Amino acid sequence: MKLVVEIAKTHLLAKPKQTVVAMLGVTFGIGMFIALVSLMTGLNDFTEEVTMTSSPDIHIYNDITENRPSILDQVNQTGLNIVHHQKPKKETARLRNALQIAEMIRRDPRVLGVAPTLSSQVFYNYGPLELPGSIAGVDIIEEDKLFDLRSKMKAGRIEDLLANNDGIIIGTGIARKMNVKLGDRIVITTPQGHTMPLKIVGLFQIGIGTIDNVRSYANISTVQTILQQDQTYITDINIKLFDLHQAKAIAPEFQAMVGYKAEDWETANSTFLTGVVIRNIITYSVSITLLIVAGFGIYNILNMTIINKMKDIAILKAMGFSGSDVRQIFMIQSLVIGFIGSIAGLCIGYTLSYLISQAPFDGGDMVSLDHFPVNFDTKYYITGIVFGVLTTAFAGYMPSRKAAKIDPIEIIRGQ
Amino acid sequence: MEYVLKTRGVTKYFYEPEKFKVLNDITLEVKHGEFLSLVGKSGCGKSTLMYVLSTMDTDYEGELEISGELLTGKDQNYLADFRNKYIGFIFQFHYLLPEFTALQNVMIPAMKRGKYSRQEVQERAYEKLSILGVKDQALKVTSKLSGGQQQRVAIARALINDPDIIMGDEPTGNLDSYNTQLVFDILTELTHTYKQTIIAVTHDEEFARKSDRVVEMSDGKILRI
Ligand SMILES: Nc1ncnc2c1ncn2[C@@H]1O[C@H](COP(=O)(O)OP(=O)(O)OP(=O)(O)O)[C@@H](O)[C@H]1O
Ligand SMILES: [Mg+2]
Repeated sequence: MKLVVEIAKTHLLAKPKQTVVAMLGVTFGIGMFIALVSLMTGLNDFTEEVTMTSSPDIHIYNDITENRPSILDQVNQTGLNIVHHQKPKKETARLRNALQIAEMIRRDPRVLGVAPTLSSQVFYNYGPLELPGSIAGVDIIEEDKLFDLRSKMKAGRIEDLLANNDGIIIGTGIARKMNVKLGDRIVITTPQGHTMPLKIVGLFQIGIGTIDNVRSYANISTVQTILQQDQTYITDINIKLFDLHQAKAIAPEFQAMVGYKAEDWETANSTFLTGVVIRNIITYSVSITLLIVAGFGIYNILNMTIINKMKDIAILKAMGFSGSDVRQIFMIQSLVIGFIGSIAGLCIGYTLSYLISQAPFDGGDMVSLDHFPVNFDTKYYITGIVFGVLTTAFAGYMPSRKAAKIDPIEIIRGQ
Repeated sequence: MEYVLKTRGVTKYFYEPEKFKVLNDITLEVKHGEFLSLVGKSGCGKSTLMYVLSTMDTDYEGELEISGELLTGKDQNYLADFRNKYIGFIFQFHYLLPEFTALQNVMIPAMKRGKYSRQEVQERAYEKLSILGVKDQALKVTSKLSGGQQQRVAIARALINDPDIIMGDEPTGNLDSYNTQLVFDILTELTHTYKQTIIAVTHDEEFARKSDRVVEMSDGKILRI
């Protein structure tokens, strides 16, 4: 063993209590970091996954609420026109040439899948009960390709919808609120007043209340019939990309191409995703604070050690140790404290995360969770140990440099 | 080479609490294999001179040359390495590392030097400890040794690297007459058999009288050579 390592070891073992206290500082910091980051990223991943599976990467629809230029603007293009209280034009949500548009988009090499659908606000009626919601007319096979509906089914199979022209697949939230089960018939009422009884052939659960409590799926033709529209009536085109992170860049391109509003998933779920950003900020600021506090602990302890060991440092130097030998002796001590402390921290962090992941948790109506989602990605464990060792190296560096600079004669004469 | 150590006009001041000339134009030449005693009243500057000679104190005027090499103006790390190889120092207050055993204390300068394997260093350390009669204390932590034992361990440590010069600031200050005689005999043998040079500060007149040469200091000057 190298001499400096041996000396560092003797120093650490000579004051075991002090060494352990310094290590505990790091252990606590890293342990909390791991626990926090595992829970927070677990929640983030859960949110993101749910958001992603429930909304298309890009959604094309006819945004009838969008401001349109007034007639005055079209006639008098150079003047300053002020039109108050312009009423919306009477317009349906229909996408013209929807099937051609869908075909065009499908040819784009970045696109994984395209599903033309139509949707409408409806009421679900069952006996005296009336529940607002929305129905989507879909090609269920295509929809499954985009959103992996099959894995979200709680009862029935998606193929049952193909076999039943008056079938409907509803969210578990609706089923629970209306107290209906597979095989029951519910009545759908459109805003225009048309009604139609449909048979429940399946129940799905995405995991977010805002969807499971309102949405239902039926065949495109069924919904067209309820709305009393023709066979070309399509209101939405849902697009799945190969790389969902390109959505923000591609959406405006499609919007320009098709002349209808194209919205990417990040924009559509921005409120949801702000939560992710805020959680990340909290996680990292708290973790960094913890580690800095642990770093100060090490800094203090090493500083004290060096003050207590002034005499020893002077002797070592008198016997021929250079400044850098002395610095190494103290750096080794802080790195050993940092390394062992971090490893123990990882163990504590893992244990805490495991306990959290086992703790029962009721997500309420909003999200369907029975325990906390916890992320056990090794990436965070590596970050933890790297950060722990770096902090201690940094905290140890300044006292070590001070030790290296000690002039032995001052101390030996001062005795 | 005849002289192992030479100084020319070494002068040193202390500035605290007021400017004070503690060493005044000291010119000294020490031959190979010489046993030199430095004597003088308390406070006359003996320890201060020893720190200059040992290369630890670099804040002086004049020149210091050891083994033909001019050491004045060399940097700290170079001097540390030089001390490790050529100078063995016994401090006025036996400075040992308290957490380490007597054996480890003796071994450390040799391990630092890296000339011998660990096994050889350990054998040599045991040998030095046994010469000084503290071999039985080898595995004790030095903070648990008596003052005299500590001093003997410190002497063993000074000898471990076979230095050209052994400097001692009252090396026998803590010892009874039996052990003083023992240390004196060891040091004499080193000078005669191995041509090592000894410079020792002492208050012990008998010790001084038996050495090859006595240098007396008074108020920072050398009186008698
Ligand atoms: N760090 C210092 N600052 C100022 N004056 C000092 C310092 N160290 C020693 N002195 C003074 O320098 C003078 C010489 O001190 P030194 O220690 O060399 O004496 P000494 O001859 O070794 O005495 P002793 O025999 O008691 O050990 C003394 O007057 C002392 O007070
Ligand atoms: Mg003295």
